Amino acid sequence: MTFLIQQTLLYAVPLMIVALAGVFAERSGIINLALEGIMIFGAFVGVLFVNLMQGAALFHDAYAAKNWLVLQGLELLAMLAAAVMGAVFSLLLSFASVNLKADQTIGGTALNLMAPALVLFLIRIIANQNTLGMADGSDAASWFMIKKSTFGIDRKTDLGFLGETFINKVYLATYVCILLFIVLSVLLYKTRFGLRLRSCGENPQAADSLGINVYKMRYAGTTISGALAGMGGFVYALTTANCASTGDVAGFGFLALAVMIFGNWKPLNIAGAALLFGLFKCVAASYASIDINGDGIFMLQEIGVSSHVYRMLPYVITLVVLAFTSQKSRAPKAEGIPYDKGQR
Amino acid sequence: MKDQGRTLLQKDGTKTVLASLLSIAIGLLVGSVLVLVVGLFSGNLGLSSAWEGIRLIMFGILSTGRNAAGGLSWGFNPQSIGNMLFRATPLILTGLSVSVAFKTGLFNIGAPGQYLMGTMATLTIALGIPASALPGPLIWLLAFLGGMAAGALWGCIPGLVKALLNINEVLACIMTNWIAASLVTWFFDATKVFQNTVENTKSSYVYKTAYGRTLVDGTWTYVDGSGVQTAKLGLDKLFPGSQVNGGILVAILIAIGVYILMTKTTLGYQLKACGSNRHAARYAGVNDKRNIVLSMAIAGALSGAGAALYYLAGNTEFYWQTYQSLPATGFNGIPVALLAANHPIGVIFTGCFMSMLNIVGLQLTSLTAYNEYITDVIISVIVYLSAFSLLIKMLLSARRKDEPAAMPDSPAEDESAQSAPAEKGGEQA
Repeated sequence: MTFLIQQTLLYAVPLMIVALAGVFAERSGIINLALEGIMIFGAFVGVLFVNLMQGAALFHDAYAAKNWLVLQGLELLAMLAAAVMGAVFSLLLSFASVNLKADQTIGGTALNLMAPALVLFLIRIIANQNTLGMADGSDAASWFMIKKSTFGIDRKTDLGFLGETFINKVYLATYVCILLFIVLSVLLYKTRFGLRLRSCGENPQAADSLGINVYKMRYAGTTISGALAGMGGFVYALTTANCASTGDVAGFGFLALAVMIFGNWKPLNIAGAALLFGLFKCVAASYASIDINGDGIFMLQEIGVSSHVYRMLPYVITLVVLAFTSQKSRAPKAEGIPYDKGQR
Repeated sequence: MKDQGRTLLQKDGTKTVLASLLSIAIGLLVGSVLVLVVGLFSGNLGLSSAWEGIRLIMFGILSTGRNAAGGLSWGFNPQSIGNMLFRATPLILTGLSVSVAFKTGLFNIGAPGQYLMGTMATLTIALGIPASALPGPLIWLLAFLGGMAAGALWGCIPGLVKALLNINEVLACIMTNWIAASLVTWFFDATKVFQNTVENTKSSYVYKTAYGRTLVDGTWTYVDGSGVQTAKLGLDKLFPGSQVNGGILVAILIAIGVYILMTKTTLGYQLKACGSNRHAARYAGVNDKRNIVLSMAIAGALSGAGAALYYLAGNTEFYWQTYQSLPATGFNGIPVALLAANHPIGVIFTGCFMSMLNIVGLQLTSLTAYNEYITDVIISVIVYLSAFSLLIKMLLSARRKDEPAAMPDSPAEDESAQSAPAEKGGEQA
């Protein structure tokens, strides 16, 4: 059970944060199809940052001395770097869709094509292969994973169910993302800025007539979206791909889009949807080794459903949900429509 | 004479071609600058190798490798040209797929999924029918049609939910893409018979279609050379050493067929009417729902045909662990269609251009320290630019309808189009 919850969280948290990224863009009226591309780019930037910083004396010594505070600091800095560069990358989308009133779907597709191409081009030049990982081949867990030994607790001590699940063998990034998710959801729903942002996605003309700068709001929405997606991309690479960038996040950005739709553009529902889809991902990846009751019986394996079914399910569910809720869908009304002041 | 030149320049088609050429030029420029910057900042590359990279990006299709002195040599390279035509085959068809949907006002981002389903059906039919049961060409035809049918069915799904439930076809297409990706992996994983165990140096590949299902000593096995492959039609003599086959001619014929369908038939007119204004089309008595489904079905069939022609070549292998990534050929149909401004005949040329970039990328990898991904960067820049070139064109044509019939010939038209955003900006104050 511990394993199931931890693994599910590892998949669910990047999904959740990237889905929230999608919400910020769409609530401001911009369809951000580029989530996948921004994730890929963010993952690359974060991994490159870690790779370069590992050479610095400070972090090298900290690793040798097992100074986990400094190492966690490095993780946070890498997340920040990924977020900043993700935001910068997303400016390409906001520039095209706000200033040039371009087709947002095509613009997003362009970014989705550009990110893996650019990343792979650079990785090949830097690393001379198709993967950029940690420097000197060390694994991400030994650098960043929080374990019992991190707090000086003996490895054999039993921390109880909660302790084993949420303190042992976890990443700080997971909790930072959950915290950010809560803070940003509050920002979107309980503050003046959030209300203004949402109004630009529903009825930009009305918002404009009340003195809100729609262009600025849409820039803000897309930039926050880019930052979150970039960070989510790095968190995905860190926690599930051993801190390696391969110019690919296995369709996670699109899955996040599905989470956003399934969650009906609302944070609480998105958190639930992300957990559900994260569970599917986790089951698909390791259903043969999940022992739910702890009694040595691999229930899921004995059911005998192919892992591909679990991989497929999130998309099937989303399509079905889309079909059934299309009438009362809460998609922002003005999403995808370039704002034109002259139009009524 | 001068007047004629001016009207030619002001023609819609000319503007489209110019816009596309400009996008290509900017794309190549961005690629070159990237190569230059990386070359300057990277310790082991330097300026001379950056210059070689840039020359290859521009003229890589004419590269014949390196001469004895170590410099780049240039000339007619039949192998490159032949491979370009071979790789253009599926790109032309996915490009047509995207463009047909565009004409009906739909963005078919589902081409990768349709392409995968087409691949699955084609390979299943080509490898499933025993070589002795039917004559080779008939198996080929069945596999080709099967691929088209599977693609069409897969394209129908987003079309149906769009027509009946008004669900954004882009979202539906993304979902069906990934469903197809898992479905195809599941199918080849579960059936097992099609997995290539003869040439088992690489894992997770399906048999090439050149392998035929044959009964040897009472068990079904796959024997090289007894399967089906697309006829070469003498093209291999023309371009020795390349993979080219008759598929490119089929693709061109299909493109001409689509052109006739879209411009000369009632169905094509109805499809375009739905694209221009769905509600007006319905008011005029066009069954808009049927046309949306039909348009997506045709688009899917075209993508499926692209997959069929690529994998029926006999010498191409399909990697069936597709659940983590979608085929690039499907996505590259989008730039092919955008660059051609959705013109079916134009798609033939832009498809060839895209595959030329592909070949250029391979030349870069083999001849310099750079790699093929730079060409994908160039393609993405072109897509990015076309996101607003489409819009500029739409603005132009929208203005034309407002103006009196005599106006389009006046030279002031361009200026008025350009000043339009400025006017809107003025209202802000």
